[in-house]
Amino acid sequence: MMIQKALRIAVSGALLAVATPLLANDANNDAKIQDYINTLTELGFPAPAEGEMVHIPPTMADLDASDLHPELKKVIRKGYDLFTNTQQLRGEYVFNNMNCSSCHLGEGRMPFSAPIWPAAVTLPGFRGKNGHVNNLEERIAGCFTYSMNGKSPAYGSDTMLAMSAYHQWLASGVEMYPKKKIYGRGFPAPARPAELSYARGEQLYKDNCAVCHAEDGSGLRVNGETVFPAPWGDMSNNWGAGIVRLKTGAGFIKNNMPLGQPNSLTDQEAWDIAYYMDSQERPQDPRYTGNVAETLEKFGPTFHKHSLYGQARESDGKILGDHANTGEKPFLKPDTVRPRTFD
Amino acid sequence: MKKRPGALLTLGLAASVGIAQAASAGDPQKGAEVANLCVACHQADGSGMNIAGGESWPRLAGLDANYLAKQLHDIKSGVRQSPTMMPFVAMLDDQKIADVSAYYSQMPATPAKGGEQATDAALKRGQQLAEQGDWSDYIVSCKSCHGPGNHGAGGNFPGIASQHAGYIEAQLKAWKAGTRKNDPQDLMGSIARRMSDDDIHAVAAWLATQSPAAR
Repeated sequence: MMIQKALRIAVSGALLAVATPLLANDANNDAKIQDYINTLTELGFPAPAEGEMVHIPPTMADLDASDLHPELKKVIRKGYDLFTNTQQLRGEYVFNNMNCSSCHLGEGRMPFSAPIWPAAVTLPGFRGKNGHVNNLEERIAGCFTYSMNGKSPAYGSDTMLAMSAYHQWLASGVEMYPKKKIYGRGFPAPARPAELSYARGEQLYKDNCAVCHAEDGSGLRVNGETVFPAPWGDMSNNWGAGIVRLKTGAGFIKNNMPLGQPNSLTDQEAWDIAYYMDSQERPQDPRYTGNVAETLEKFGPTFHKHSLYGQARESDGKILGDHANTGEKPFLKPDTVRPRTFD
Repeated sequence: MKKRPGALLTLGLAASVGIAQAASAGDPQKGAEVANLCVACHQADGSGMNIAGGESWPRLAGLDANYLAKQLHDIKSGVRQSPTMMPFVAMLDDQKIADVSAYYSQMPATPAKGGEQATDAALKRGQQLAEQGDWSDYIVSCKSCHGPGNHGAGGNFPGIASQHAGYIEAQLKAWKAGTRKNDPQDLMGSIARRMSDDDIHAVAAWLATQSPAAR
């Protein structure tokens, strides 16, 4: 069924093949945006709702063609390199098999795949997850802490500056604190179906995901490089990562997987696979207090009410996250995970 | 330098017999005899041949044994269409398929041809598609499945760097046209259908100019 659907999708029109760093006029811009939207809707994504902002982030070819200072271009390229090959920080800041681009597809540019540029124009801002105002660096630190099962490069360091620069450059031309809603932000999930099934999710995973990500969820590495990231297990994101929330997992799967075939799974299928994946073990949440029930009580309202952490697994009754395993990471909590108050 | 299959076989056996046999249950030594059927086109060193304007014969040397075996089974059953290969695979039973696949998988990969005439612009575009893809058209990079350096990833995603341009181009066009569809879950087909003929030419040419995998 999925294949048939994919066959029906006829994607037309090359767009953005040629770098156009500055738009000649508004009409040109409108046509370019319409083209961009057409490509996305042909892939099954919704068109922008009334009043939503559409931003086409620049490409690396645009960077080459731009008149930015050569030193700045170098730093942005470094940020791009870190984003797409985050494994170069393995053992220092990254302790699993992930790259940033494992989840943020299209080098962080793809709408509906948590494009990263909105962070640059909406932060500093209040985050419910940690209950205080975060800037861009602290937001990036969050990804290192949870999704990379690691710790953040130091605030203000060369690595952090390069990654921030890449984010901000992708937001080129967007106003700070935009009033309009951002089209394709995050991993928008389809509505949660009435009922989710571990057994269906397991079968769907075997049929649709295992060819790349392996039946045991270990993914695939070749010559020390990640080809297919691990959806669970020690080499995956830990229990504190955003994608362990079922809606985020389902949104990621629906919008991006299998690779090259967005929106090919039904809403029910995407949710069942997310439910199955979230029912597997992974490194402990860095906010772990030493007791899974206590940790769930503390972080349930702001986070884990959306995940299966601390709950009994449907298949065998095992309590998920009831362990002190931190994977390859030789510590539990980085010191950047701390409250801020401005009192 | 001419390499004799016998000498290669001995070296290959010493290095990796355990892995290859575990993967495919094939015996490369027996596969060497089966390969007598193949050498006229695929050559004694498994390098195949790029044939401009004709049907290119792919390099087999150094490709994953499970991938090779699957292709032979698929051609035999008609899932993958290859009139040229049909009379040969008809002579192979399951064991011979496993053996000959093990044999070729242990050979060192060889350089490819067919990218020499490509323009700089085509090679640049080809490299972009191979290494970064073009997300503006939702063309994911070759590397995202075919692995580091496009030298292959596991038994499902063959090495395509240093494969003949004529072969890569023909296969991508076959996927685009729907005449080849033996890839898992349409993973290659869904990308190939988004590629223009120019893109297909560019990426095939660039891949052919890449050095063989160091295995």
